Amino acid sequence: MDPKIKRDLEITACKIRKGIIEGVYNAKSGHPGGSLSIADLLAYLYFVKLNVDPKNPKMPDRDRVVLSKGHCAPGLYSALALRGFFDVEELKKLRHIGAMLQGHPDMKGTPGVDMTTGSLGQGISAACGMALSGKLSNKYYKVYAILGDGEVEEGQVWEAAMFAAHYKLDNLVAIVDNNGLQIDGKITDVCSPMPITDKFEAFGWHVITMDAHNFDDIERAFDEAEKISGKPVAIIQTSVKGKNVSFMENQVSWHGSAPNKEQYEQAMAELDKQLKDLEGK
Amino acid sequence: MADAIKKATRESYGEALASLGEKYENLYVLDADLAAATKTGVFKKKFPERFIDCGIAESNMMGVAAGMASTGKIVFASTFAMFAAGRAFEQVRNSIGYPHINVKIGATHAGISVGEDGATHQCNEDIALMRTIPGMTIINPADDVEAKAAVEAAILHDGPVYLRFGRLAAPVFNDPNNYKFELGKGIELRGGKDVAIIATGLMVSEAIEAAKELEAQGIDARVINIHTIKPIDKDIICKAAKETGVIVTVEEHSVIGGLGSAVAEVVTECCPVPVVKIGVNDVFGHSGPAVELLKEFGLSKDNIVEKAKYAVSLKK
Repeated sequence: MDPKIKRDLEITACKIRKGIIEGVYNAKSGHPGGSLSIADLLAYLYFVKLNVDPKNPKMPDRDRVVLSKGHCAPGLYSALALRGFFDVEELKKLRHIGAMLQGHPDMKGTPGVDMTTGSLGQGISAACGMALSGKLSNKYYKVYAILGDGEVEEGQVWEAAMFAAHYKLDNLVAIVDNNGLQIDGKITDVCSPMPITDKFEAFGWHVITMDAHNFDDIERAFDEAEKISGKPVAIIQTSVKGKNVSFMENQVSWHGSAPNKEQYEQAMAELDKQLKDLEGK
Repeated sequence: MADAIKKATRESYGEALASLGEKYENLYVLDADLAAATKTGVFKKKFPERFIDCGIAESNMMGVAAGMASTGKIVFASTFAMFAAGRAFEQVRNSIGYPHINVKIGATHAGISVGEDGATHQCNEDIALMRTIPGMTIINPADDVEAKAAVEAAILHDGPVYLRFGRLAAPVFNDPNNYKFELGKGIELRGGKDVAIIATGLMVSEAIEAAKELEAQGIDARVINIHTIKPIDKDIICKAAKETGVIVTVEEHSVIGGLGSAVAEVVTECCPVPVVKIGVNDVFGHSGPAVELLKEFGLSKDNIVEKAKYAVSLKK
């Protein structure tokens, strides 16, 4: 990847992370861990990959993103705000009464949200429907579904996986965020969905593994996905839950809890320092 | 009505889809491996490129329907009522109802008249479940004419609709030449001042027959067909409560949460009168020929007559 583009993406991802912390802190609730682990993915999608127009969020031929792991809405909202779909100040009102930004994504109320999600396992089915619809109408848009590694314990995910392969939905890319943790602990301790790669392969998908926090590798993975025809693509990204906030990294307790004032200040200080270092590069 | 032509509303559903498929080129039909039974197979034969079989995976089907509809297509998702409203309840609520997506759920094999398949497949709870979803429109047509009209009304309505169809052949009593379907409007099929029989779906024709019998016994019964259970026609119900003073509801559904409950909810606010409910009395069904099951569970002309006389006695 071009070094300047890479640096810009790292800066954007850092800003997305700041927005996540800002939102969850002001909401006094929410899911920072899994939002931070997909921040780089969201930066790449919204600032490189997607054909979207913040001025025309319902553009019929746009690429679509379905955040099937809807609880990571703070990440999506932060990316959408930075991309210009709405004012970044909205992030501070996340989960408040009367606010636009609901606890989980609401396609009716939030520009840029392509599907209402939050109940795990449901988003990928809707993504299949969007992808199939595109094929039936000879449209060339792509659909990206983002799933959690705990989420793939839902049976509906595999109904959708079977469907996508059967209908050869090569305009669908599912990214599974494999940070290894779910609410009750390690995914391998709770009720292991592993091996996720083999499962998608067995269901007829083209599977790519990716380092979730390395833009060179992210570019490689999405370039490979672009070349696949005749089958859907699953990108299994190895990620760190809570990435880039030191005390949140790999800590399951940060799956669904908000920082207090002191923790908020520390997290923001860490991210500000990362931002300064990146901007000084 | 013994001489009337009979036809199952699932047949009407399949024929309506196939016919309307020509008029609405944006109409797509999904099924979950039951096309031969739900009769979406009629559409499939005519428009194979607009028919999507989702296999035995109803939860995914509802999500696929939502995703397709979000891109602007008119999508019908079909399976048995048990799996549409039961198994896929939460998908219908969260992926279709909450975002108010334009998906039409064509649920066939509703109620006890599924017959021989028995309790696992006799869905007497679907109306109750669907009524709890905000913004969901629920239509339970009474005969072939009404069912076909309901399918087009669902297409023309922007938002989620649950359509309920039956397996058993039902008497065709509406005249296709002058029948008019109005979403959310009940139909007074017969005037009467002593008691109002409010029926839906398969039970409407039984109610008409019951009213004739009651007339012979000196009771003047009004008969109202409620095809749209949500939003319900409050005006026609309140007017009946005021003018007759007692109501009997009849439905091929549990007495909990269906038409009877909906009617009772309405009259408690506008004109509290006794509401005698006929339906499946909080029990599971069992195997047997549909017609015999209907009689056994009190979903018959004779039981309506009996309950109507009891209802009238409550006024004294």
